Amino acid sequence: MTRVMTWFIKNPIFKMVGQRLAIGLGTLLVISGLIFVGVEALPGDLAEAVLGQNALPETVAAFRAELKLDLPAHTRYFTWLGEVMQGELGNSLASGKPISELIGWRFKNTLFLAGTTALVAIPLALILGMLAALYRDTWLDRCLSISTLAAISFPEFFVAYILITLLSVKFALFPSISSITRDMPLMVKLHTITLPCVTLTLVVLAHMMRMTRAAIINVLDLPFIEMARLKGISKWRIIFNHALPNALAPIINVIALNLAYLVVGVVVVEVVFVYPGLGQLLVDSVSKRDLPVVQASGLIFAVTYVGLNLTADVLAMMSNPRLRHPQ
Amino acid sequence: MNQLVNFLKRMPLSALFGLVVILLNLGVFCLAPAIAPFGETEVVGDVWLPMSTIHLLGTDHIGRDMFTRIVYGARNTIGVALLITFIAFFSGTILGLAAATMKGWVDQVLGRIVDIVMAFPPLIFALMVLSVMGSSTTVLVVVLSLLDCTRVFRLVRAVAMDVEVMPYVEAARLRGEGFWWVMRREILPNTMPPLIAEFGMRFCFVFLFISALSFLGLGFQPPAADWGSMVRENAGAITFGIPAALWPASVIALLTIGVNLVVDWLLNLQSKSAH
Amino acid sequence: MLMNKKRKNDDLLTMKNIHIAGGKDEIIHGIDLTLKRGEVLGLIGESGAGKSTLGLAAMGYIRSGCAVTEGSIVFDGMDLLTMNASARRKLWGTRIAYVAQSSAASFNPAHTLIRQFTEVPLQHGIAGKARAEKKAVKLYDRLNLPHPEEIGRRYPHQVSGGQLQRAMVAMAMAADPDIIIFDEPTTALDVTTQIEVLAAIRDVIRDKNTAAIYISHDLAVVAQMADRIMVLKDGNLVEEGEAEMLLDEPKESYTQELISVRLNHARPRKGEKGGETILKVDSVTAGYKKGERVLKNISLHVGKRRTVAVVGESGSGKSTLARVITGLLPPTKGRIRFGDDLLKPKTSQRNRETLRRLQMIYQMPDVAVNPCHTLLQIIGRPLSFYFGMEKEAIEARVRELLTMVELPESYINRYPSELSGGEKQRVCIARALAAKPDLIICDEVTSALDPLVAESVLKLLQRLQNELGVSYLFITHDLTTVKAIADEVVVMFKGRIVEQGPRSEVLTPPHHAYTEKLLASVPEMDTDWLDNYLEGSVA
Repeated sequence: MTRVMTWFIKNPIFKMVGQRLAIGLGTLLVISGLIFVGVEALPGDLAEAVLGQNALPETVAAFRAELKLDLPAHTRYFTWLGEVMQGELGNSLASGKPISELIGWRFKNTLFLAGTTALVAIPLALILGMLAALYRDTWLDRCLSISTLAAISFPEFFVAYILITLLSVKFALFPSISSITRDMPLMVKLHTITLPCVTLTLVVLAHMMRMTRAAIINVLDLPFIEMARLKGISKWRIIFNHALPNALAPIINVIALNLAYLVVGVVVVEVVFVYPGLGQLLVDSVSKRDLPVVQASGLIFAVTYVGLNLTADVLAMMSNPRLRHPQ
Repeated sequence: MNQLVNFLKRMPLSALFGLVVILLNLGVFCLAPAIAPFGETEVVGDVWLPMSTIHLLGTDHIGRDMFTRIVYGARNTIGVALLITFIAFFSGTILGLAAATMKGWVDQVLGRIVDIVMAFPPLIFALMVLSVMGSSTTVLVVVLSLLDCTRVFRLVRAVAMDVEVMPYVEAARLRGEGFWWVMRREILPNTMPPLIAEFGMRFCFVFLFISALSFLGLGFQPPAADWGSMVRENAGAITFGIPAALWPASVIALLTIGVNLVVDWLLNLQSKSAH
Repeated sequence: MLMNKKRKNDDLLTMKNIHIAGGKDEIIHGIDLTLKRGEVLGLIGESGAGKSTLGLAAMGYIRSGCAVTEGSIVFDGMDLLTMNASARRKLWGTRIAYVAQSSAASFNPAHTLIRQFTEVPLQHGIAGKARAEKKAVKLYDRLNLPHPEEIGRRYPHQVSGGQLQRAMVAMAMAADPDIIIFDEPTTALDVTTQIEVLAAIRDVIRDKNTAAIYISHDLAVVAQMADRIMVLKDGNLVEEGEAEMLLDEPKESYTQELISVRLNHARPRKGEKGGETILKVDSVTAGYKKGERVLKNISLHVGKRRTVAVVGESGSGKSTLARVITGLLPPTKGRIRFGDDLLKPKTSQRNRETLRRLQMIYQMPDVAVNPCHTLLQIIGRPLSFYFGMEKEAIEARVRELLTMVELPESYINRYPSELSGGEKQRVCIARALAAKPDLIICDEVTSALDPLVAESVLKLLQRLQNELGVSYLFITHDLTTVKAIADEVVVMFKGRIVEQGPRSEVLTPPHHAYTEKLLASVPEMDTDWLDNYLEGSVA
C-alpha cells in the first residue's frame, strides 16, 4: 500500500496532473471574476438601465439595495461567488423568476441534445477518420475529404434549413420545431430532436473526422510503424497495437474539443429549431439584456468548456508512456 | 503571363474552383453598386415574389430584391470579416513574434492572457460582451479581432519558437543584431508559409462567426444588408416551402468552401515541400 | 574465417539489374547483388548513394513513392517482387529481418522491449509467449545487455542508446532469420559505445551463421563486419570485392579516395609556438539549471594562428563550452579573456567589436543559414553590420569571399536551398570570415558532411588559417578530424578536461585512461582491427 503511495507521489505524472488541475481551477476563478466585472462594466448603472432614465430616485435606490449594488465590488463578487457555489443564481430581471429554476431544465435539455449527438457522432467520426487514414489517397479518402470540407464550410443554419426543407417540408418525416416538454416519453423526445441532432452530427462529424485522420496519419508516418511492418506484423495488428496507443492522446483531444463545441455550439441550432435549451435562453437574454441570466448561463457554459478541456489534458497525460513509466 | 497560365494549369481543379469563387466574391465586393439592379433598402414589389427575370432571386420578407440584397450583403459581410481578420493577423503576428523572440516575462504574460481568453468558448464570450456593450459594428470588430488574435498569436508563437532555436537565428544574435532585425529579417520570413494558409482559415472562422451572430440577431443591425441577418429575416418562409432564406445561406457556404479549398491546397503544398 | 567461407556456396539472395525510381528521378540505376548463406555483405557509400533504398529492396520493401522499374529480386527461390503481399509479409521478421539506424525512433514508445520482441514469434506462430520470452532473455544475455532477465520489462525511453540498439538486434534475431539487413546501426552512437555494439552484432551473427547486409557510410566500420564490400555512388555500383582485397588494392579512384581520407592525417605544422594568446578560459564552471555543473573547472588557451581541438563524446560538455565562450550561457564561476579584454558573460553585454572578432561555424549547414536570404544577404550582412560598407563594396567583397571559400562567384544571388551541404558549409565559413575574426569556434563542422566533402572543408579551413592567421577552437567528437587539423588537443569527459597538450603529446602514449579508450575505439581501415581490439581489451 505504501509502495503504491510512494509510486504516486514520486511519479512526475502526479505532479503534472496536479499542476494542470490547479491551473484549471485558477482559470475558472479568473473567468468568474471577468464575468462579474464584465457585467459591472455596463455603461450606466444596472438599476437605471433596467428602470429607465425617468425612474424616481427612491425607486432606483431601493432597487440598488435589493441587488446589493451599494456594496463595494469585491464584497459583492465574493458574495455572488458564494451564492453561485450553492446554486443560488439570483432572479431574472425580465421575468423576476429565480434563475436556477429557468436554467435547470434547459441545461438538461441542452445536455440531452449534445449527448445524443455525441453518441452518434463520436464512434462514426473515429471509424471514418481511421478508414480515411488507412486508405489514404484512395477514392474513399478523397470523397470523405471533399464532403467533410464542404460540411465544415456550411454554416449550421444552412445545414439546418436544408434538412427542414427536405425532411420536414417536402416529406414531413420530422417536425421542423423541436419543442419538447417535460413529460414526453423518451422515444417521442428522440423523434422530436432528430433534425437538430442530425444537423449537429453533420457539423461535428466533419471536424472530428478530419482531426482523427490527421492524428492517425501522423502516427502512421513514424519510423516504428515501418519497423513493425518490416517485422511482418499484420496490418490490423499494426493499427491496434502500434498506431492506436500512440494516437490516443491526440484522439482524446479531438473528442474533448468537439464535445466542448457540442455543448457550446448548440446555440445556433437551438435557435433554428426553437429547442428549449440553455443556448436559446442565452440568446434571448442577450437581446433583452437580462444580465443576471446572461451571467449565469455564460458561467455554466464556461465551466463546462474548461472542465472538458481539463479532462482531455489529464487523460492525454495519462496515456503518455514516458510519463506513466518514468526513467 | 505565361508563367501565370502555367501555374494555374498545375493547380488542382478544386483549388481553381475555390480561387474563382474568391475572385468572384471580391469582384462583387468592389463593384456592388454597379452590379446591383436596385437600391440596397429599396422596396420593389410584393413580399416573397418567386424568381423571375426582373427579380433574379425573388424578393424578401418586405419586398426588397433578393439579388440586390445579396450583392450589397457581400460588401458588409466580407468587408467586416476581412477587416477583422487583418486586425487580428497584424496584432497576433506582432505579439506572437515578440513572445517568441523576447521570451521571459513578455512571453509569460501574453501567454497567460491568451490562455484566459481561449478558456472561454468563443461564441459565449462574444454573446456576453455584446450583452454588456450592446451590438454595434465597432463592438463586433473589437470582440472578434480579440478572439481571433489569440488564435493567431498561438500559431505564430509556436512556429516562431521552432524557428527561434535555429542556428541561423543564434548566428544573428551572436553577430550582435538587435531585437527588430532578428524578429523581422530572421524569424518572420520563415514563419510566413503556414501563416498564409492560416489567414484563409481565420477568415472562414470570422466570416461564419459573424454570419452566425447576425443570424441570431446580434450582429449587423437592420436595414443594412448582410447575409446572416437575411437568413434570419426570411427563415419563417422555409416552412411554407419558400426558399428565400436558402439564397444568402448558400452564398455563405459557397464562399467558405472556396476559401477552404484554396487553404487545403496550400497546406498540401507545404506538407509536400516539407518532405 | 576461412572455414566460414567454404560453407557459403549457394546464393540465398539474388538481385538482378535493379532500377528503382522515386517520383520522376531514378535512385538506383541497375545494380546486381548476390548474397550467399552466412555471408556478410557491406554496402558503403555517401549520402544519396542509394544504399538504404537498396538494402530495403533486398527485403522486397519499397518505400511509398518509390517503385522498382526494372530487375528482379529472388530470395531462396522466391521472387520477392511478384509474390503477393501477405506471403512477402510472412517472410519479414521470420526469414529476413531489419535493424534500423535510429533505435529510439524505431521502438514503439508505448510497449516494453520484450513485448516488441515476442511480437515476431507470436505473430508468425513460431513460438508461444513463454518460449519467446525465454529466447529474448538468452539473446539479451548474448548481446551483453545488463540484467538480461529484467531489461526486457523496460520501456524504450528507459534504456540507453547503445542498449536500445542491441535490443533491436535481439529483436531482429527473434525468429532466427536467414538474412538481417543492418541499416547504419551504429551511426548515431558514440565511438566507445559503437565498438560494444559492433562486437555484439558480429558475435551473434557469426554464431548463428546468419547472412547480413551491413549498410554504412563508414568504410572502417564496414571493414570489421563484412566478408565482401560493395561501394556505391549516386545509385551506381563503383566497385565490389572481398573486404581485404578491396581495402588493400582498390581499383577505382573513388574507393581509393574513400580509403585515403581515413589514412591521411598527421600533417606537419609551422605554427608559432608560444605566440600571443587569443583566448584564455580560466577555471570556468557552468550549468543550465541552478546547481547543475555541466562544465567543471575548465581552463584552456588558444594561441594566435593555432588550432585547438576540444574532443569528447556526447555529454562531455564540449558544446556547452562553446555556448559559454560565445556568451549564450553565462558561466557560474571563472573568467574568459579574449585578446586583451575580459569577456562579458552575456552576448548582449559585449560590444560590437568584440563580437566581430569572435565568430562561429555550426554543425548543420542546412539550418545555419537563413533559407529566405540569398548568399549576398547572408555573407553581406556582417560587412554592413560591422564595417558599414556600401552596396557596391559589399557585392565586390562577397564575390571575393566566395572565391576564397572556393565557390563560384555566380552563386551570389542563389538561395541556400540551391546548394549542397558542403557548399552551404563553405557559405558559413565565408560569413564568418566576412567579419575578419581573430578566433572562429567550429562546432562539429564536419560531422554532418560525407567523408570526402568533410576532408575538403578541413583543407579549406587550414589554407585559410595559413593565409589569414585566424585561430580555431575546434569542437569535435571525431578523432580523425583532430589528427588532421589540431595543434593542440583538449580531451573532455563528463564536463572535465582529462588531458590536454600539444597534439603529438596527447596522441602518443602514455595516455590518460579515457583518452586511451577513445583513441582505441576509432575503427581503422583494417579487417582485423576489431579482433585485435577485442583481444587487447580481454588481455
